[in-house]
Amino acid sequence: MSNLNAQAEGKPADWVAKGDLQKVVSPDEMFFKLPREKQFITGSEAAREAIRRANVDVAISYPITPQSETMQQAGYLYDDGYIKEYYRGEEEIGVMSAIAGASRAGVRCLTATAGPGLMRGLEAISSWPGARVPLVLLDMCRVINTPLAIQPDNIEISFLLNTGMLVLHAENQQDFYDYPLAAFTVSEEVDVTLPAVVATDGFFVTHARGPVEITPEEFKLPPRDGWRSAVPAMDNENPPARLSRDAPIQKSNFISYHMHAAWQQEVFAAVDRSAKYFRKYLNGLVEVVNPGAEDFIIASGSAVSQAREAVRQEGEMGRKVGLVKVKTLRPFPKAEIIEAVKDAKRILIPEFNQAGWMHKDVCAALYGQCKAEISAGPRVFGGMTMPTEMVLEWLAEARKQTP
Amino acid sequence: MSFETLRPSPALKEFLPVEYKDLVDHGPYGKNKKVSDMGQFKEVLEEHPMCAGCAMTLFIRLMFIGLPNPEHTIMVGTAGCGRLAISQASVPFIYGNYGDTNAVASGLKRGLELRYPNQFKDVVVAAGDGGLVDIGFQGLMHSWFRHEKFTTIMLDNEVYGNTGGQESGMTNHGKVLKMAPRGKMGEKMDVIGLAKVAKLDYIARVVPTNPARVARTVRRAVLVAREFGATYVQAYTSCNIEYSIPTPEVMKDAFEVENERYGFEEIISDRAKAYLDEIEKKEKQAKKAKK
Repeated sequence: MSNLNAQAEGKPADWVAKGDLQKVVSPDEMFFKLPREKQFITGSEAAREAIRRANVDVAISYPITPQSETMQQAGYLYDDGYIKEYYRGEEEIGVMSAIAGASRAGVRCLTATAGPGLMRGLEAISSWPGARVPLVLLDMCRVINTPLAIQPDNIEISFLLNTGMLVLHAENQQDFYDYPLAAFTVSEEVDVTLPAVVATDGFFVTHARGPVEITPEEFKLPPRDGWRSAVPAMDNENPPARLSRDAPIQKSNFISYHMHAAWQQEVFAAVDRSAKYFRKYLNGLVEVVNPGAEDFIIASGSAVSQAREAVRQEGEMGRKVGLVKVKTLRPFPKAEIIEAVKDAKRILIPEFNQAGWMHKDVCAALYGQCKAEISAGPRVFGGMTMPTEMVLEWLAEARKQTP
Repeated sequence: MSFETLRPSPALKEFLPVEYKDLVDHGPYGKNKKVSDMGQFKEVLEEHPMCAGCAMTLFIRLMFIGLPNPEHTIMVGTAGCGRLAISQASVPFIYGNYGDTNAVASGLKRGLELRYPNQFKDVVVAAGDGGLVDIGFQGLMHSWFRHEKFTTIMLDNEVYGNTGGQESGMTNHGKVLKMAPRGKMGEKMDVIGLAKVAKLDYIARVVPTNPARVARTVRRAVLVAREFGATYVQAYTSCNIEYSIPTPEVMKDAFEVENERYGFEEIISDRAKAYLDEIEKKEKQAKKAKK
C-alpha cells in the first residue's frame, strides 16, 4: 500500500518500502521503553530520525530561504519508503493549504518552514485549528523583519501563539527528536484533533550538532487512525463536518456569532485538553532546575541553554539560581510556572526576539500570583547570539534593583 | 461512501423532512443518473440562495448530475457565488481560504489515494474566475503542471459577483466594472490556452445551453482525472446582476455568447480519448443489452 507510485517513479518491481519493514509500537513503548542510542547529529538530522519513526503518510516541502535541510531529508525518507507520499509544493501558501487538504483525507501529515515562509503561509496556517486538522509543522525560526537576514530570531512564534495550534519550543537537538514524535501523537488524540507546531531556533539547533538519544530505527509509531477524530475526515465515508454549509454560519446574525464563538472556544479548550498528554510524553510541560531559588530564569528554546550555563556559573560562585524551561507554549503551563516561582524574588526572561512574547505570557500568568520583580529581558534579536555574560549581568542588575 | 451514514434508522425516518427521505430513497448515489432523468430523481442540490435567473446555478445543478460517483466525490471551493450553492449540496464540500482550492485538492487527493487504494475518490474543484485565475492562479498552474489527479471547473461569470461586481482576470477588455472605472485594461485571460501549455489530458469550454452536454463534459473530465491527472472545464455562467441581463433573457445571452466567443470546445489527449471511448462503448453495450 505504501508508495503507490514507486514503480512508476523508477523503483524495481521487488522494491520494498523500508517503512513497511518497521514494527509498530505504542507511543508508550516508543517514549518510555525502547532502548536509546546516543548519536552526535544536527537538529535537522534529529528531526529526520523522528520523522523516520513517526509513520508519516504525506510530507509536502518547500525550500524557503532561509532553509534548513529537514524537508529534503524527508525527501530521502520518502525515497526509502519511510514516508508514503511526498512532493515539493509551489510555495508556502500552496504547501500549507495542501498539507491541510491531505490531513482532511485522514492521513498523517508533515511539513516544515522557517521565518518568512511561515509568514507567507500564515493565512493557511491560522485556518488549520478551526478546520481541526491534525498535522505537524516544524518551524526553524529565522529573522522575518526587514532588512533581510537569514539568522535565528524567534519573533515568528508570537504569531502562532493565538492561532489555536499546539506550540512546542525545542531547546536543543534532543528536543527536536522527542517533540515531533510527541506532537504527532498528541495532535491526533480525539479530544485534541489539532495541528501542532514544533519550533526551534534556526542554526543553533538545526545546523549545529548535539548529543541525541534515539530509539532503534526498526520501530515506528502506530499509523493515524482516520476514523478517530473530533471532526471527521472529508472522505465521503462519514457525514461531513459542514463548516460552511449551514446558512447561519455564513450570515450576519446572533446565531452565526454564537456558532463561531463556540467553535473558537472549543478549539482553545482542545488546546487545554492536550496538556495531559504532553505532561505524559514530555515528562511535564516544564522542567524546573533548582526549585525554591530566589532568582529564577524562565525561558524556552535555545534561551534555555544559555540560561543553563548561567545557572551553572552562578552555582560555581555559590549562588543558587532557578530555571523554568517551558516546553509547551500552547498549552501554556500557567499552573506549573506559578508553582515553580512562588517564592522567587527576581525573575529574568531571556528571549531571542524583540517583542518579548514570553515576557508578556509570563507576566499575564503571574499577575497577582507572585511578588517577584520580573525583568523584561535580556533579549537579543536580528540573529545575535546571547552570551552567558549577558544573562549574568542582568542577574546582577536585578539583584541591585531588588535587593 | 458508506450509505449507512446517509440512511436514517427506521424509527427516526418518519420525523425527517421529506427532502431528506427523498435523498435516501430517490437520490442519485450509485445509480448513474442522467440529465434526461431530471424530475424523476432527487438531485443532490435543491435549495440554494443564488439570485433569480442565475445561469451559474443551472450549471452547478448539471455539474452535480455529471459527477460519475457523487457518493465518492469531495468538492473543493473558495469564496465566491458558486460556493453558496455548492455548499448546500449533499456532497462533502471544503470551503478553504482565498485561492487555495487547487493546493488543498492536491493534498486531499493524494491523501485519499493512500487511504483508499481500491476506491476512486473523486476530488473536484469548482470555483469562480477570480478565485482560480487571480488569487488562486499560482496554485491552479502548479496543480496542472504537476498533473494532480483532480478536475478543476471554472465558473466563469467574468466578474467578482459575490463581492459586488469588480473586474477579474476573465473580464473582457474594455468592460467597465467596479475597480475598472475606465474599462478593463488587459485582455480576458486565455486559460484554455494555459491548460494546453500544461498539456492537460482533458480541456473543455462549455456554456450551459445544452444540459446533457454539460453533464457529459463534467463526467468526462472527472473520469480522465482519475487515470491521467489534471483536467479542466471552463464554463460561461453569466452574472445577470452585474451584467444587467434581464432575468428572462439569461439563456438568450448564453446562446449569444456561445455563438460569438464561447463555442463548445473539447481538447482530449489521445490516451484520454481511447480511455473514454472504451468506457462509453461499454456503457452503450450495457444499455443495449438492457433494452
